[in-house]
Amino acid sequence: MNLKSALLGAVAFSTFAPALYADGHEGERGRDGNVSIIYWQAPSIMNPFLSGGTKDVEAASMVIEPLARYNPEGELIPWLVDEIPTVANGGVSEDLTQITWKITEGIKWSDGTPFTSADVKFTAEYCMHPEGGCAQVTKFEGVKSVETPDDLTVVVTFEGQTPFPYGPFVGGESPILQAAQFADCLGAAAPNCTEQNFNPIGTGGFTVTEFKPNDVIQLAANENYRHEGKPAFATINFKGGGDATAAGRAVMETGEFDYAWNLQLAPDVIAKMEEGGKGVPVAGFGPLVERIMLNNTNPSPDLGPDERSVIRPHPFLSDPAVYKAMSLAIDRPLLVEVGYGKAGKVGCNWVPAPPAFASDTFDCSVQDIEGAKKMLDDAGVVDTDGDGVREKDGVPLKVLYQTSTNAVRQDFQALIKDWLEQIGFEVELRNVDSSVFFGGDPGSPDTFQKFYADLEMYANTFNGTDPQAYLANGLCDKAPSPATQWQGENISRFCMEEYDALHAELAQTADAAKRAEIGRKLNDMMVENGGMIPLVHRGRLSAHANTLGGVALNVWDSELWNVADWYRMK
Amino acid sequence: MLTYTIRRLLVAIPTLLFISLVIFLLLQLAPGDPMAQVPLTVPPEVKQKMREALGLGQPIHVQYWKWLVQFFWIEPQVMIDYFFGTGLAEGKLRVISWQTRSPVMDIVVQRIPQTLWVVGTAYIVGILIALPIGIYSAYKQYSVFDQAGTFVSMVGFSIPPFFSGVLVIVIFSVNMPRESFFWFPSIYDTTLVVDSWASFGQQVRQMVLPVMVLALQITAQLSRYMRASMLDNLNQDYVRTARAKGLSESIVVMVHVLRNSMIPVVTVIALGVPAIFGGAIITEQVFKVNGIGQLLITALFANDLPMVMTLTFIFAILIVVFNLIADVLYGILDPRIRYD
Amino acid sequence: MTDTATNTAAAPASPSRWKDVWRQYKHHKGAFYGGIFLLFITLFVMVGPYIWTLEFDKLDIRAKDMRPIYTALWDSDAKVGWNHPLGTDNLGRDLLAQLMQGGRASMAVGWTAMVLALLIGTLVGVLAGFFKALDGILMRFTDLVLSLPILPLLLVAVTLFRERLLSVFSPETGMFILIVAIIGVTSWMQTARIVRGDVLALKEREFVLAARSVGTSPYKIITQHLLPNVLSPIMVSATLGLATAIITESALSFLGVGFPSDFPTWGKLLSDAVPRMTEYPERVMLPGIAISMTVLAVNYMGDGLRDALDPRIRGR
Repeated sequence: MNLKSALLGAVAFSTFAPALYADGHEGERGRDGNVSIIYWQAPSIMNPFLSGGTKDVEAASMVIEPLARYNPEGELIPWLVDEIPTVANGGVSEDLTQITWKITEGIKWSDGTPFTSADVKFTAEYCMHPEGGCAQVTKFEGVKSVETPDDLTVVVTFEGQTPFPYGPFVGGESPILQAAQFADCLGAAAPNCTEQNFNPIGTGGFTVTEFKPNDVIQLAANENYRHEGKPAFATINFKGGGDATAAGRAVMETGEFDYAWNLQLAPDVIAKMEEGGKGVPVAGFGPLVERIMLNNTNPSPDLGPDERSVIRPHPFLSDPAVYKAMSLAIDRPLLVEVGYGKAGKVGCNWVPAPPAFASDTFDCSVQDIEGAKKMLDDAGVVDTDGDGVREKDGVPLKVLYQTSTNAVRQDFQALIKDWLEQIGFEVELRNVDSSVFFGGDPGSPDTFQKFYADLEMYANTFNGTDPQAYLANGLCDKAPSPATQWQGENISRFCMEEYDALHAELAQTADAAKRAEIGRKLNDMMVENGGMIPLVHRGRLSAHANTLGGVALNVWDSELWNVADWYRMK
Repeated sequence: MLTYTIRRLLVAIPTLLFISLVIFLLLQLAPGDPMAQVPLTVPPEVKQKMREALGLGQPIHVQYWKWLVQFFWIEPQVMIDYFFGTGLAEGKLRVISWQTRSPVMDIVVQRIPQTLWVVGTAYIVGILIALPIGIYSAYKQYSVFDQAGTFVSMVGFSIPPFFSGVLVIVIFSVNMPRESFFWFPSIYDTTLVVDSWASFGQQVRQMVLPVMVLALQITAQLSRYMRASMLDNLNQDYVRTARAKGLSESIVVMVHVLRNSMIPVVTVIALGVPAIFGGAIITEQVFKVNGIGQLLITALFANDLPMVMTLTFIFAILIVVFNLIADVLYGILDPRIRYD
Repeated sequence: MTDTATNTAAAPASPSRWKDVWRQYKHHKGAFYGGIFLLFITLFVMVGPYIWTLEFDKLDIRAKDMRPIYTALWDSDAKVGWNHPLGTDNLGRDLLAQLMQGGRASMAVGWTAMVLALLIGTLVGVLAGFFKALDGILMRFTDLVLSLPILPLLLVAVTLFRERLLSVFSPETGMFILIVAIIGVTSWMQTARIVRGDVLALKEREFVLAARSVGTSPYKIITQHLLPNVLSPIMVSATLGLATAIITESALSFLGVGFPSDFPTWGKLLSDAVPRMTEYPERVMLPGIAISMTVLAVNYMGDGLRDALDPRIRGR
């Protein structure tokens, strides 16, 4: 019974969602002509299994679709199936090892052939092929087999108990490919299927008419789309390239485009563009958090390559007084105002969303420089040699603070450097080109995994609504080291036995309330024990033209999840 | 001259091979990872698998050899197939981009038109404006025209395109009313097909702003070289001799002086031509022209090594060829230069 | 044109000749004012910070987005104050102090990279043009450097040398050396090609042939007959090179391979201000004017110097 209620909680029942967002706007297919979308990062491929980049996943979501996806509230809604399988409706087996999807009857591919369970099974084979290099293979983790008892039924069996079975075929990262089209593209042959990767046949509202990689995509309404009178637009002109400023300007100031994606711009710049009067920004909040990671190991350049940023502890950052004083010295509301405006909130937690998982233990919205100084004084971290920099056990509080190159991050660096220096630190700033910083090249000393610095700032998030895998980033054995070629998600090298034990418990728990409670505890342990200093809970900010209707910004799935429902307001 | 040209062409082959090796090693040495743009939510093991699927795990000399074979042997076959309908390259592995998983050359061919339209036009416009300005400024040295020309070209050269580009957008796209004749689009539409006068007009309109920005830079630079070179020659003995012979002033300046002044200018122009194909990275970015320059910069940021390698190598070929052309032109402009 | 024209280039250097040069130079109006301006801007960036003692990286978030004092002339509501005469940026850093500090970096990068590029370029160009045996190899080497993509080159250099430089110098000095070296090393090729082209033509001229026939050593031919005659393209390359170096530096900072983000340069101030260009035009105009005026001043000085060194014009 516990399990059932768990799944009932996790999956809110919903009616047929797209209808909700249509605003009663009706008419024949293609009545509104053309819509222009601009992404300042240009898509390079229409197959999300081969790229994993957000730009590519979202572009592809206009054409190929998953069985179920998340709506803007973060709830699962059926997409190509009749209902979300749960234990209550018998779709998920009592022992939590099997999930059965019932495909809606009558769905057709854009080439007119019927959409069947064989396509779903093929998609799993395609991504799970060992030589394919599939970017979304984690979605299929633990899948034992995918069976097709009949044309409209898909049974996914997992190797073990899986409390959250909505990985495969759910969300924009895991859409269904057409078996007939991709039959010859399995495994090592995947990259050679240029035609298929650029023009996948889909079930979505649009089909590709011309794909120019890293430049522009032309799409037309899908004649075989399952909903009468949709999509409202006959064509889409999907332009890529440039920068966020130019994209925002094209929508809000010049009115050349209807929709601009992910405008990471300073709030005053956005406000100025909004005065242009041709469009409006919209914001949505997922679990994305901008944070400072604290190095729990010693990054001193004097150590050899096998010891630097490997051996614990850090000479002074491991002292609770030091990292708590740092957190206290930061004026988070000001950071939000300077950097993100509407698209940011004060962030005190590692997991700020969904609401059930968001802890309310900490309040970090008030800056207290004097309190921070006092905290350091009390802990005996004082300036002994009169150079203005405090020492702990003779080691001066000199930190190297690095991040990727990005205007807002550089402003944050300047502000935080100023505050830290006020409480007696000495801060050296460094910014690294993001293709190097986030690249996993083990030969480069500048990657965020190597963490050859004391502090580093970046943002991270998780897909879907369940943070179990994300919380695993705090496990001891996930710390990057030379032994793992510097791969591993535990960037701060946080390590605590209690944390590991509690996470193991989470993996065994199915009850939603209990899961949320453990999740909140894990979050608190990480923040309390010096794994990181959360700064800002960041939202996604996009802009659409005043005349574009039906936009519902979705941070849990592709932003273009309901592009088939968009229409032109007259 | 002919033997010189042939000898230079023969020398060019080992030179280019060596250049390709140096570029390849440089790119291998540079930090960066084709998986950098994949979100952090994708775990490292998966990224490692994806890297292996791209062939990254292979030894460096194998990767280099593969690229050589693909570029020099298979790609020409593809070209022959395309023109003569043969099937030489069928089933053979071409140079494949890591970002798009499609043949690099196909994308390059797709990008060349917009780059040639925009950057090429700007170059021609720039040359056409710069040469007369340079000649006249030198002829009337320190006149008002010369002073104004110097001022404008120096200011033009020292303003970076990321500023001048945005400035013209703010003036002509944002603040100009949409109905006005002087409203120009800030975003270049690469899908526009020119098949009528109306669409040609549209094409011209969308080229106005990027061409304006680029031509300013090119004009500024070229007119300075032209002026300096003319000044040098105007004071030479042969000019006095020509004048003394009673030749008309226009013949003296336009034939004798100009011809001798062209040597440094030809170098600058010839060196600039490979840059046309290389596109103007920042200007293309600002106006979203998405030509070769934008292709190169996105490939660099995505660490798409086959794409970067192929593009830089094509530029290298162009550089070598146009330097050869410049050298041959020296010989034609100044018969005294002997290469043999 | 000139009555005193001689058929060859410069006469041997003598005290009177340099006096001559200086006299000629002084009379060149552009060069004179250019020099004065350059002196002024150099004093501004070198001595300025000692007079205007506000720290360039001092954040004063309550005084952010202040306008320059002259805005008050037409807009009495503008947020201005004598404590920040040129206004502040979006984090409240003083623009005047930033311009001074930024100027130090930009001028240093510009001059050093320009001189470096000029030396390499002239050397390679003259050698390749004059000695036929060296022509092939040097010009193929030029082709090689021309075809190297600058961005990966920088990333490689930063990766290889950053730590080593940091262990010896401060972060700013270390990056300065790296940036100057890279810009210098990748911008001499055009000068080299132009100089070589001119030298190829010049060395077949009568006066060089004459010098050679009387047994003048190659070194003397180069320094006394060839170099003075290729001076004008070199001067143009030099002035353009100064501007290019300043702008290249700003592009590099913008891409995150340049100076640390809290270290201003003129180019970086300019590129950071572009998104807010319409509201705060002074933030782009002031550094932009500083760059343009410096380049212009150097250009006029170059003109004056060339005229002064040219024996055919001197004394006119």
